Amino acid sequence: MTVVQQPLSPAGRVPALSRLHEWVATTDHKKLGVMYVTAGLLFFMIAGLEASLMRWQLALPNQSIIMPDDFNRLFTMHGTTMVFFVGMPILFGSANFLIPLMIGTRDLAFPRLNAFGFWLFLLGGLLLYFSYFAGQGLQGMGSAPDVGWFAYAPLTERTFSRGHSTDYWILGILLTGIGSAMTAINLVVTILAMRCPGMSLMKMPLLVWILLVDFILVVVALPPLAAAQCMLLFDRSLGAHFFDTQAGGSALLWQNLFWFFGHPEVYILILPAFAFSSEIIPVFSRKVIFGYPLMVAATVAIGIISLGVWVHHMFAVGLSPLVNAIFMGSTMLVGVPTGIKMFNWAATMIGGKIRFHTPMLFCLGFLCQFLLGGLTGIFLATVPFDWAVSDSYFVVGHFHYVLFGGLVFSIFAAIYYWFPKVSGRMLSETLGKWQFWLLMIGFNLTFGPMHVSGMLGMPRRIYTYHTERGWDLWNLLSSIGVLFQIAAVSLFAINIIRSLMKGAKAGDDPWDAWTLEWSTTSPPPPYNFKDIPVVHSRRPLWDLKHPDDPDWKYE
Amino acid sequence: MLIGMVNFANSMLASLIASIPDPGIPSAPTPTMFNPVGAPADTILDITWLLVGICGLIGLVVLAMIFFAVIRCRQPKGDDTEPAQVYGSNPIELAWTVIPLLIVFVLFMVSARGIFDIEKTSPPDGAIEVRVIGHRWWWEFDYGDFATAAELHVPIDEDKPTDIYLTLESADVIHSFWMPQLGGKTDVIPNRINHLWLQVAKAGTYVGQCAEYCGNQHANMLITVVAQPRAEYEAWAANQRREAVDDRAVAAGKHIFLRTACINCHTVRGTVANGTFAPDLTHLMSRDTIGSGIARNTPNNLRAWVWDPQNIKPGCEMPSMKLTREEVDLVCAYLETLR
Amino acid sequence: MTRTGSTSEDIAVTTMSTQSGSSTPLMPPPALSQKLKWSNGKIAVVLLIASEIAFFGTLIATYIFYIGRDINPPYPQDVLEVSVAPLKVVFNSIFLLASSIWIVLAVKALAAGKKAAFLFWWGLTILFGLEFLVGTGFEWYGMIVEDGVWMGTNVFGSCFYTLVGFHAFHVTMGLIILTLIWVLAVLGKVPPRQIEKVDLISWYWHFVDGIWIVVFTVVYIIGN
Repeated sequence: MTVVQQPLSPAGRVPALSRLHEWVATTDHKKLGVMYVTAGLLFFMIAGLEASLMRWQLALPNQSIIMPDDFNRLFTMHGTTMVFFVGMPILFGSANFLIPLMIGTRDLAFPRLNAFGFWLFLLGGLLLYFSYFAGQGLQGMGSAPDVGWFAYAPLTERTFSRGHSTDYWILGILLTGIGSAMTAINLVVTILAMRCPGMSLMKMPLLVWILLVDFILVVVALPPLAAAQCMLLFDRSLGAHFFDTQAGGSALLWQNLFWFFGHPEVYILILPAFAFSSEIIPVFSRKVIFGYPLMVAATVAIGIISLGVWVHHMFAVGLSPLVNAIFMGSTMLVGVPTGIKMFNWAATMIGGKIRFHTPMLFCLGFLCQFLLGGLTGIFLATVPFDWAVSDSYFVVGHFHYVLFGGLVFSIFAAIYYWFPKVSGRMLSETLGKWQFWLLMIGFNLTFGPMHVSGMLGMPRRIYTYHTERGWDLWNLLSSIGVLFQIAAVSLFAINIIRSLMKGAKAGDDPWDAWTLEWSTTSPPPPYNFKDIPVVHSRRPLWDLKHPDDPDWKYE
Repeated sequence: MLIGMVNFANSMLASLIASIPDPGIPSAPTPTMFNPVGAPADTILDITWLLVGICGLIGLVVLAMIFFAVIRCRQPKGDDTEPAQVYGSNPIELAWTVIPLLIVFVLFMVSARGIFDIEKTSPPDGAIEVRVIGHRWWWEFDYGDFATAAELHVPIDEDKPTDIYLTLESADVIHSFWMPQLGGKTDVIPNRINHLWLQVAKAGTYVGQCAEYCGNQHANMLITVVAQPRAEYEAWAANQRREAVDDRAVAAGKHIFLRTACINCHTVRGTVANGTFAPDLTHLMSRDTIGSGIARNTPNNLRAWVWDPQNIKPGCEMPSMKLTREEVDLVCAYLETLR
Repeated sequence: MTRTGSTSEDIAVTTMSTQSGSSTPLMPPPALSQKLKWSNGKIAVVLLIASEIAFFGTLIATYIFYIGRDINPPYPQDVLEVSVAPLKVVFNSIFLLASSIWIVLAVKALAAGKKAAFLFWWGLTILFGLEFLVGTGFEWYGMIVEDGVWMGTNVFGSCFYTLVGFHAFHVTMGLIILTLIWVLAVLGKVPPRQIEKVDLISWYWHFVDGIWIVVFTVVYIIGN
C-alpha cells in the first residue's frame, strides 16, 4: 500500500509514520478502496492456504496429516473467510474506488462513515482469526470455529460447541455485517444523489447499475443475518432457546433465517463479477454493451428473485412436496435473467474486434466457467437431483465454479484492468497470461473432478474417506490442481510487487476505454476531477473521442 | 498463542503416529447414483439424464457463441479502427428471454412430477418400516422389537423390490441419511420427524454415509444396507430378538464389562447394561463392522478399539477406559460371544 | 435514453469511422435530465429505516413462528398483562405514540423559528419516551422478579425479551439522540436552517413508534 502511495506524493520523501497515519486516518474513497482490496487479497491468501491444507489431507484416502477437528476448523474458516472477508471487502473496495470516479464525483456521500465501515470490517476479520489463539478462553488453546460457514443449529449451541470459538464467529461477522450495511447505504446514497450533471439513471455505466442493485440487496439481506446471529449469541451467552432443540427451539428456523440472508448473499457476491465483466468485455471487444436496458432489467430481476429462492438450500430437510416445487420454480426462474446476461455478453463480443489482453482473458475464463457453474445450478435447482447430490462434493464443485471460476476470475480481470488507474503503472502482460493459463488449468483440475466424486457419493466436509469407495482418483486430481493454483497466485503476487517497483507508466487511459475514470490522471488526484464532468451518454469518453458520431445519438 | 501453535503441532504429530486399522466394509460397491437399485434412485437418474441433455444443449449454444467470437472476431494486426457499434436488438433479446422461460417451464413440470413421485408421506404397502436415530457419530436402527447399529438389514423377495420406509429422528444435531443407490437423501433433524422412502431391488451390500456436517467425526458416520433373501433375513431378525448369550466361560470379561462405565452407554439385553447413548451390543458379533463402519469387526480391531477408540476414531464419544492389556483381552473375549 | 427502443426495429447498426476526422458540426447534445431532489441525508435515513425494518422483521417473524409452540410453561397468557391489566401496556403505548405527535409539532416550531416552542415540544417528546421506557422497566421487573420469567426460562421468554428488548434499545438510542439535540438547542446550536437534520431524527423516532404498533400487536394481541 505504501508503495502505491508514492506517485500520489511525488514531492519528496514523507516519513513512514506520517504516511501510515495518512492511510489510517484517511477518509478518501480511493485509499479506502485500496485498503479494502488489499485486505481482501490478504484474506484470500489465508483462505487459499487453508484450502490447500485440506486438499493435502484429502489427496489420498485414509491420511491423517490433519486431525478431524483441525480439518473442520479449516473448512469453516475457509468458507467464512472467502464469503465475508474476501468477496465482501473486494466488492466494497472496488465500488469505493470506482463508483465516485465513474459517476463523476469527488467522494462518497459520507466519507467518515465510509472509513468507519472499513475499520469495522477489518476488526471483524481480525476477531474471527483471533479465535485461533483465544477460542478456548484463558487456557490459551487454539480453537477456531468448527461449525461450518453456515453454522447450522444446534451444532452451534453451547452443548455441542464449547469454548468461545463460535462466539468469535458470531461477533466477527456481526461487526463486519454492520460495517457492510453502513457502507452499502453510503454507496446507494452516492449513486442516487451524487451523479455528475447529465448522468441520468439510464446513462450510468452498467457497473454502477449492477452494484446499485447489489448494495440494495446488502441493505435488505444483512440485517436478518444480524438478527439471527443476535439470537444465537443470546442462546450461547444468556441461555435463550431460539435454536436449542433440547428445549423446544427449532433447527429449521436457523436454516430459514440464515439462507434468507445466505442466498441473496450469493448474488451479492456474484453481481460484482457481472459488473466488472460488463465494463471490461465491451472495452476489449471495442463494442458498446449489447442491450443495455435489458441488462439493467435482468439485474433488477435477479435482485428481486434472489430474495425468494432461499429454500433451495433446504430441499433435503423434509419440507412438503409443494414447498419444494415452488422454490424449485423460483430458483429455475433466476436462471433466465442470468442467461440473458450471458447471451448479451456473447453478443457484445460477436462482431467486435477483440483484443486479448489479460483482463479480457480472465473475463473469457469467467464466461466459460460461470456458464458451467450456472448450468450445474439448474441441475441443483431440480429437487430430485438435489436429493441425490446436496451436501456432496457436487455442490462444492458447483459453487466453486460460480464463486471461484466466476467471481475470483473476474476479480483478477478487474485488478488487471484497473490496476493502472489505481497505481499509475501497468502490470506485466507476460506474467498475467502465465497466471491466467496456470489458474485456468489448476482451477478446472481441482473443481471439475469434484462433480464426479460428488455423484459417486462423496459428502462434503469429510476429513477422510476409505479407499474402497472409489473416490481416490478424483480426489488426487483435485489436489494436484491446487499446485497449479498456488503457482498462479504466486505469479500474481510477484506481478503486483514487480509492477509497483518498476512497472511501465500507464498514462491516463491505457486501454482506450470509455468511462469517466479514464478521463482523469492515473492515479487520480485526491479531488478526482478538476472540473466536475458533464456527460451526455453512457460512454462519455467515446463521445469525446468520436465527436462526429457520439453515443447520445443512438441511446 | 504459542501454546495454541504447539498444541496444533502436537496434534499433527499424534495423528501421524496413530495406528490406522484395516479399513472398511468388504466388497461394497461405490455408492454411485449411476448404479441405482430402486425406483426413487431410478427416477432421479432419469431426471439427471434429462438435465444433462437440456443443460448440455444450452451450454453448447453459449459456448459456440463465445468461441465464434474468440476465433472470428479478433482484432486484425495493424487495424485500429473501431467495429460497428450495435446497441441491441429487440427481437433477438426477446428470443433469448422467452426461449429460456419455455425451457424452464418444461423442466419444472417434469421435475415437479418427480418430487411428488419420490416424496412419500405414508409407507407403501408391504414396506419394511424402521426408525432411524442419528447419533454423533453412528446410526441406530430401531426395528421395534430390537435395535442395531450402523448396518441396516432388509429382506429381498424374488418377485418384487422391497420398499423401505424410514422414520428419521436425531438424538443431538442435524445429520442426513444418504444411500445414493437406493434413493435420495433426507436430513435427520432434532425435534422433528422426517420420513424417507427407499427401495432396493436386488440382494447385496450397499453403502452410504451421513451427508450433513455434524461435528468432529462426520466423515466416519457410515451406513451399510444389507439386502438379503427373506429366509436369511428372518433368521437374522430372530437372532436379534433374543437376549444376549450368557457364556460362563467368559464370566471374567463380563464382570469387567459390567463393573466399568461401559454400561452407562451400551445396552446388552439380559444384563444390567442398559445405556442408550451408544450402540446396542447385544448382538455385536452379528455386525461386520465396528465404530459405525470405520473398521471391520475382527478380533484385532476389536481389541484396538476397546484399548483406545480415540486412536481409530479420534474425537469420538467413547473414551479409553484405561483397562490393562489383560482386562482388554478378557472384555473382548466376552464381547466376542455376543453373537 | 429511450432511443434504443425506438431506433431498433431490427438491429440498430451504426458504423463508426475513427479516421474520418470530418469536421461536421456537432449536434446539440440532448438536454440534461433532472437530478433526484432528495438530499443525501434523506436517502440515507430511508435506507437505514429499511434495514431496521428487515432486522425487526426477522425478530417478529421468529416471534410469530414460536407462538403456540412452546413446550415449557409459563405460556404468554399466564404472564403478559394484557388480559389482566391491559391498561398498563396500552397506557405506556399511548405515551410512546403521543410522543410522535409532539415531535411533529416540535419540528414545525423549529421551521417557524420559534425556539421556545421547539424546546417545549421536543422536551415533551423526550419525557413521553422516557415514560414508555420506565413503563417497560416496570413490566420487566414484574415478569422477572415476580413471575420468574427470563431469557432462559423457555422459548417464549427468549423471544419476548429479545424482541421487546431490541425495541427498548432503539427507544433508548432515540432518547439519547433527542436529548443531545435538546441540549444543543438550549445552547443555541440548533438554528432553523438545520431543520432537515432535526426532521430526519423525527423520522427515525416515527419508525421506532411505528414498529412498536407491530410489536404490540404481535406480542400482546396475537401472541396471547
